[in-house]
This record gives sequence, C-alpha cells and structure tokens, in this order.
Amino acid sequence: MEKELKILKYSDLPKLIERFRSQGFPVLAPIRKGKVIEIEQVQTIDEIALDVLLSTQSAKKAAFPKVEKVLGYTLDKSGVKQQPVDLGAFQETVLFGVRPCDASGFKSLDAIFGEEPKDQFYLQKKAKATIISFSCPVADEYCFCTSVGGGPGNATGSDLQFTGISKDEILVEILTEKGAKLSALFADLLSVDGNGIDKSKFLADVKVVFDMDGVVEKTTASFNNAALWLDQSLRCIGCGACAFVCPTCACFDFQDEQNTKKGVRLRLWDSCGFSLFTLHTSGHNPREVQSQRWRQRIMHKFAYMPEQLHVVGCEGCGRCSRACPVDMNIKEHLTSIGVIV
Amino acid sequence: MSELIKKVTALLSDKTINLFIGYEKGSADRVRALFVRNEEQANKLVYDASCTQNLAGYLLKHEVKRFGKLGILANVAALRSILQLASEFQIKDGEVYVLFANRDGSFVEFTDFHSIEAFLETTDTGIKAEEQEMIARLEAMSNNERWLFWNKEFEKCIKCYACRAACPMCYCHRCTTDVNQPQWIPVASHERGNLDYHLMRAMHLAGRCVNCGECATACPMDIPLNLLTYQLINPIKEIFGATAGMKSDAMYALSTYKPDDKENFII
Ligand code: SF4
Ligand code: SF4
Ligand code: SF4
Ligand code: SF4
Repeated sequence: MEKELKILKYSDLPKLIERFRSQGFPVLAPIRKGKVIEIEQVQTIDEIALDVLLSTQSAKKAAFPKVEKVLGYTLDKSGVKQQPVDLGAFQETVLFGVRPCDASGFKSLDAIFGEEPKDQFYLQKKAKATIISFSCPVADEYCFCTSVGGGPGNATGSDLQFTGISKDEILVEILTEKGAKLSALFADLLSVDGNGIDKSKFLADVKVVFDMDGVVEKTTASFNNAALWLDQSLRCIGCGACAFVCPTCACFDFQDEQNTKKGVRLRLWDSCGFSLFTLHTSGHNPREVQSQRWRQRIMHKFAYMPEQLHVVGCEGCGRCSRACPVDMNIKEHLTSIGVIV
Repeated sequence: MSELIKKVTALLSDKTINLFIGYEKGSADRVRALFVRNEEQANKLVYDASCTQNLAGYLLKHEVKRFGKLGILANVAALRSILQLASEFQIKDGEVYVLFANRDGSFVEFTDFHSIEAFLETTDTGIKAEEQEMIARLEAMSNNERWLFWNKEFEKCIKCYACRAACPMCYCHRCTTDVNQPQWIPVASHERGNLDYHLMRAMHLAGRCVNCGECATACPMDIPLNLLTYQLINPIKEIFGATAGMKSDAMYALSTYKPDDKENFII
C-alpha cells in the first residue's frame, strides 16, 4: 500500500496504549530492569522506556520465544496421544517502541521460518503481531545498520513507524495494511497531515563502515582461511550470548519433558557458538574448535543466507557486540573481512 | 607499558614462551584479551586499572594451548585461578610463565607455584566491599525473601551459559548441564531449568570459586550470580578451613574425607 504520513502528539501516547489494551491486545515494549532493557508486556505508557538506545535482547521473542511448547502428549498402555498446540489461538499483539533493526530482523526470520516446510509456530505468531517501531535519534559505536542495508529510519518490517520531530510531535508513517488497521484505533489523534516532512533530519547519523556486497563476497570466499577465523576468535569463549540477543539468529533445539503419564515437547533457542551444537552421538564433532564455530556464525549470516534466502542475516544492531563478555565486536570483524585483498 | 611490551617481546624472541595472554584496548571504553605471538601484536598490549578480566580461563582453551608454552598477565584473581587449576591437576608447575603487574607499573615474575603462593599470602584476596554488602543483605533476608530475590533474578536468565564459559573453574569437558543420559538439569530456560542450572553450578563451585566475578560480569542479563558462589566461601572456610586458589596442592574440601571433619551440616 501507499504509505501515509500523519502527526501524533507525544501527549497522546498514553491513549494509544490504553486503546490497544482495551481491545485486549497485549502490548510488548521495552522496559528497564536495572541495567538491562527487556521487551515485555506492559499495561501503561509509564512502564515503557522510550528513551533507551535499544533493548538488550531483540524483539524476536514475540514470535520466537526462548522456550515454546510445540506439542503436548499423554502416555498410557494404549500408546501416545498427541495434543497439538492450537495455532489459531495466538493473540493479536502490538510490539511498541522497538527499533528499526528489530523490525527488519523479522524479515530475516520470515525468510528462515517461511522456507518449506513452513514453521507455523513462528509464522502464525508473527502474523498476529503489529510492529510499531520508533526510529533512532541516537546511535552508539556498536551500531552499523547502514552498512548492512538498514538505517535509523529504515521502515523494513515495520507496520507503523514513529519518528520524534519535536518535543511534542511524532511523525507517524502508516506502512502496511496491518498498520492501517491498528492506526484506525487512534485515527482521531492523527488529524494533522504529515506529508512533506523530511524525517532524515531527526535521525541518528550512522556512518557506513564497510561495503556489504564486498563483505558477502569475501566471507563466501574465506571458508578455508583458517588463520582469519582463528585470529578473530581466539578470545571467543563459546557462549550463547551473541545468538540469543540477536534479532535474526534462529537456531533451535527440541527437548521433551515428560513423566510416566504425560509430556510436552519444547522448542528452545540454541546457538552455533556452543560446542554441543554440532556434537554427534558418536562423539565426533565436525566443528571441533571455537574458530570453526565463529566462522559458522559469520558465514551463516554473510554467505549462506544471502545465497539461499537472498537476505543478509544481520541488521547491524550491534547487540551481539554489546552482550559479548569478551568484546567480540562484529562490526570490527566484518570491517576487517571487507578489506581482505 | 613499554616495559611490558619489551618484556613480552623478549620472552617471545628467546622462545621462553610462544604466546602471551594480555590485554589490548577494546570497543568503547572496554579492554579485552590479546593473544600475543609476535612483536607487532606485543605493541598493542595495555595495562591499567580497567584490566579486571580474569584471563586464566584461556590457559585451558584448546586453540590457545595449541600454540605451545604460554605466558599470561595475571591479576590477583588469575593468580588464584592458576593455583586452583593446579590443585585440580589442570596446569603443571613450570608450564605457564606468569607475570603480575604492580600498581606502580613494575612487574613480578612467577616461574613456579610456590612463589605465587607466597605472594598471595600477603595480598588482599577478599571480596569487594560492595559485594560484601550485598551478601550481608542476602544473609539478613528470611529464607522466603531470599528465594523470591533469586527467583526474580533467574527469571531474566536466558541460559546463554556465558557465566559458565567465562568462569575459569567451569572447564569440565562435559558439564552436568550438558549430560542428557540421564538429563539432570532441564535444558529449557524456564523457571525450573534456570533454577536447577544455577543451584547445580553454585554447588559445583562451592569451595572452588576464586571470587573473580567473571561470571557476573559476563552475564548479558546483569544477574549477580557471583553472589551465589561467594556466599559459599565462608561456610566452606569455617567447616573445612579451606579457601580456594591459595595452594597449588590443596585437597578439595568437598571431595576429601578427614576423620576430624565437622559433620554439623548433616541434617
Ligand atoms: S549479528 Fe549482531 S549486529 Fe547482526 S543482527 Fe545479530 S546481534 Fe545485531
Ligand atoms: S562471540 Fe562472544 S558472545 Fe558470541 S560465543 Fe563468542 S564469546 Fe560468546
Ligand atoms: S550468563 Fe546470565 S543469562 Fe547467561 S546463563 Fe548465565 S546467568 Fe543466565
Ligand atoms: S564462579 Fe564466578 S566468581 Fe567464582 S571463579 Fe567462577 S567466574 Fe569467578
């Protein structure tokens, strides 16, 4: 659809949350928990931390949570009876105040989970979520969205995007049918037209630090460059922090939890950074050492995904670098791959 | 700084060591581990008060060990980790070249464990004041309050295992968490899975934790989980008279039987 531009008053934001709530929609938004910013369900605008750079974890958990039941079952003498999850029962949800890199991250997840056989657990939840992203007025040195095709005002993946244009006013971009439907709930607050406003003036300045096509090409060619991966990853300790905070990391594991009578099958986040990730039952591990796991992380995002799904698996949000206990800075590593001759 | 760089360069060129683990400037205001194998890399070495990361865990990393003889810039926590690892037969005497940086910029060289032991005897190895305070606060709580405190903290846990990966004492090739026959600890990062993981980990570090704080620093969700193992330091000391990371030949309190062991903790 043709995008529409409107003006909303900051002072009307509380009403938005009230109206979403009165429709029974859970509202997920960034909140402060000490030093950590979490995306969680909120009741009022006061709980929402709108002035933060971005949340510690991404918003992916709205459609791809860390623990998710995918099947229930009972066991008795007659055998196993399955109780499938009701895929129609997911609620309409509003994701409010997330960043453009969260919204565009869903595009990568759509590509991954949309492959055959389609992953209905993700797709159905995603279909029920309306994403209101807030463009970024500030960035930090870990951000590099503009180097991977995004940007502080990038609208990809958002249904509505809000940009602060003054102390009192927000430019509202209505970008999709879903966004139009949700904005109908507050149409009375959008009487002023926003056409002609240049939002770029209100966005953070995020410099392009590498040429993405070059990085994709060089990553693809570097599979056998063991020295490169080893050099980059000697300090990597093989945890799951980078993958778990990432808006596009989608690897998962299945675990059954059961007693003698019943059980549940759970889908859980997993990470290619763990040595256990590729450990075979035989004891053989095709990714024996951490440098091979680090290579996988980069190759998956910058070689395999572009090749197979036609998207780069990174939004340049820098969450992985901020979360990494040993300062593996992905922006720096990609920049150094970009200059390989 | 130049003294450190000169020293490390000399150690590398006379083949005393093949790789030196130190610090370099990192992103923003961070410092991070640096693995020096040549003079060019040595020039990146830095050392100041912000170099608090305990680098000792890297001494056991397979890909680091592969370089051969290792040297390390150790802070107090790393010195204690080295002794604790030695007592657990993970590092042999003379295997690692250890350098300690004094506040005044001079260096102490350790070539054997006994000199580290002697040095630590006269060094402050205690828990930081603010952490003492937190522990006092936890100990003053009722059981129920403490239970609620930890449940609230564990709710944030995403089971990324950065705490385990960062801990120099969590080196088990197959961690209990990863064992699935039988499955001791639920893999899921739900209430039960998080709780079991943290209790199991605290138990496995009781009397082994060298209070470096790496686990809590590593946690992306800002969970003060170091307090769990710190709280076990005093009871172990009171009951068994043992403190981790002070002796290279210490017998681990919880796996050593002595006839005069107190048994007052058995209910
Ligand atoms: S790889 Fe890092 S920078 Fe890229 S999207 Fe994931 S968390 Fe963000
Ligand atoms: S890059 Fe950092 S966060 Fe990722 S596995 Fe390595 S140490 Fe953990
Ligand atoms: S580092 Fe933090 S979030 Fe990760 S497993 Fe440990 S306690 Fe949980
Ligand atoms: S448990 Fe935490 S504080 Fe104790 S040795 Fe391990 S990382 Fe250090």
